Amino acid sequence: MQVKEYKPLIVAFCCNWCSYAGADLAGNNRANYPAEVKIIRVPCSCRVNPTFILRAFQKGADGVIICGCHPGDCHYTSGNYYTRRRMAMLFSMLDFLGIERERTRVEWISAAEGAKFSATMNEFANTVAALGENKRLEDLRCKK
Amino acid sequence: MQKVTRDILVKRASELLADGTVSSVLGWKAGEFDYDVTPATFTDTESLEKGFVWSDFSAANLSKYLVSKTKSAEGRILVFLKPCDTYSFNQLLTEHRIDREKVYAVGVPCEGMADINKIRSICGDGIIKIDCGEKLTVETLYADEPFVVEPSEVLLEKCESCKSKKHVAYDELLGEEGEVVDSSRFSEVERLEAMSADERFEFWQGELSRCIRCNACRDACPACTCEVCVFNNPASGVETKAPSDSFEEKMFHIIRAFHVAGRCTDCGECSRVCPQNIPLHLLNRKLIKDMNESYGTYQAGETVGASSPLTEYTLGDPEAGDVLEGGGKNA
Repeated sequence: MQVKEYKPLIVAFCCNWCSYAGADLAGNNRANYPAEVKIIRVPCSCRVNPTFILRAFQKGADGVIICGCHPGDCHYTSGNYYTRRRMAMLFSMLDFLGIERERTRVEWISAAEGAKFSATMNEFANTVAALGENKRLEDLRCKK
Repeated sequence: MQKVTRDILVKRASELLADGTVSSVLGWKAGEFDYDVTPATFTDTESLEKGFVWSDFSAANLSKYLVSKTKSAEGRILVFLKPCDTYSFNQLLTEHRIDREKVYAVGVPCEGMADINKIRSICGDGIIKIDCGEKLTVETLYADEPFVVEPSEVLLEKCESCKSKKHVAYDELLGEEGEVVDSSRFSEVERLEAMSADERFEFWQGELSRCIRCNACRDACPACTCEVCVFNNPASGVETKAPSDSFEEKMFHIIRAFHVAGRCTDCGECSRVCPQNIPLHLLNRKLIKDMNESYGTYQAGETVGASSPLTEYTLGDPEAGDVLEGGGKNA
């Protein structure tokens, strides 16, 4: 019998203007990153509502990463500054509830940083894989 | 025992009703038992004399009631506000939820309110009468002699960790002005932070799994004043029903804490009204503590018109990862 290798499911929220283009560049450059990274394009990283992140975990994600423009480079001038504060508070709250802090992350990736995108995703996927399946924020009804 | 007595409140309210300054009075009335004091509106002196209650159980924060009352009432409403309630009042003014012109706020000093659960743990069940004098005299069905309880021993959690005896908003103050208290209200949060992630998870799993989603925390919260709550959305799948999965319990409380983040004045109503005694205030307090440490000290409701840390930013804010690692505070 063949044992299926555990591959963590990662949801990556990428802002339209920087990180999504960064992912595009990673693809163009044939830079590898795990196929289990599912990208959701958002207009700006500050579009990501805390509910989105909880919802991703509920639906079976093992890790959630939010990618946006570098501070100062936001297409909407200041969106990512709000993201930074919000996510800092949310992640700290999740940590307070005992949810592994390595499962969530914020990264700033520009449109020119295809290499950084693939490196970040590889590294994040390895970190989450080491943690194993998301048990603390899972919804059993969503398990197949 | 409250320093300013019920008679003083009733007398002043009657005067203001009589001279036409206000057309109704928002206060407290007796419930089924002495400890079931509930918010009530009075429109004449007679009902005030008869039904108004000001005791160690008048803990309900009346500021939220002003949101709907100022919309419907004609004339001004007299509202009695304890020091902690005035913070909520200011915060609601900041959010333009209350018509200030329609409110006549009377500040009442507060010596701390009593927690019936703590009284029960001393006196047992079957409490039939509580006399709020200098000490609380509790008569129960099963004891021959009434219990005499020191009020300071049975304070509500929110009063034990009282943040202020100073009224930050009022039109008139009965009694003396208090001071902002330097309480150690974050000590319980710190205790949890010092635990390992596994222990914290176990703690919260134990607490939140008792949640029956009665929504009392939301309904009593002065920061929760949305006309339509996100948790009432029929498409959400979590609309006013008991959590059917441990995820739902956590999601409800995380999202609720986050929705009031930066606006929560730490009035402690959520924990006071929780029928399952879940320490919900700890979630809000954790956010307040984090915001204080990362973005500078901020007390919601201290002044009208202040903007919360989550609606502001600076170029040099710490990154999300740094806040988590923050000097080992979540070690």
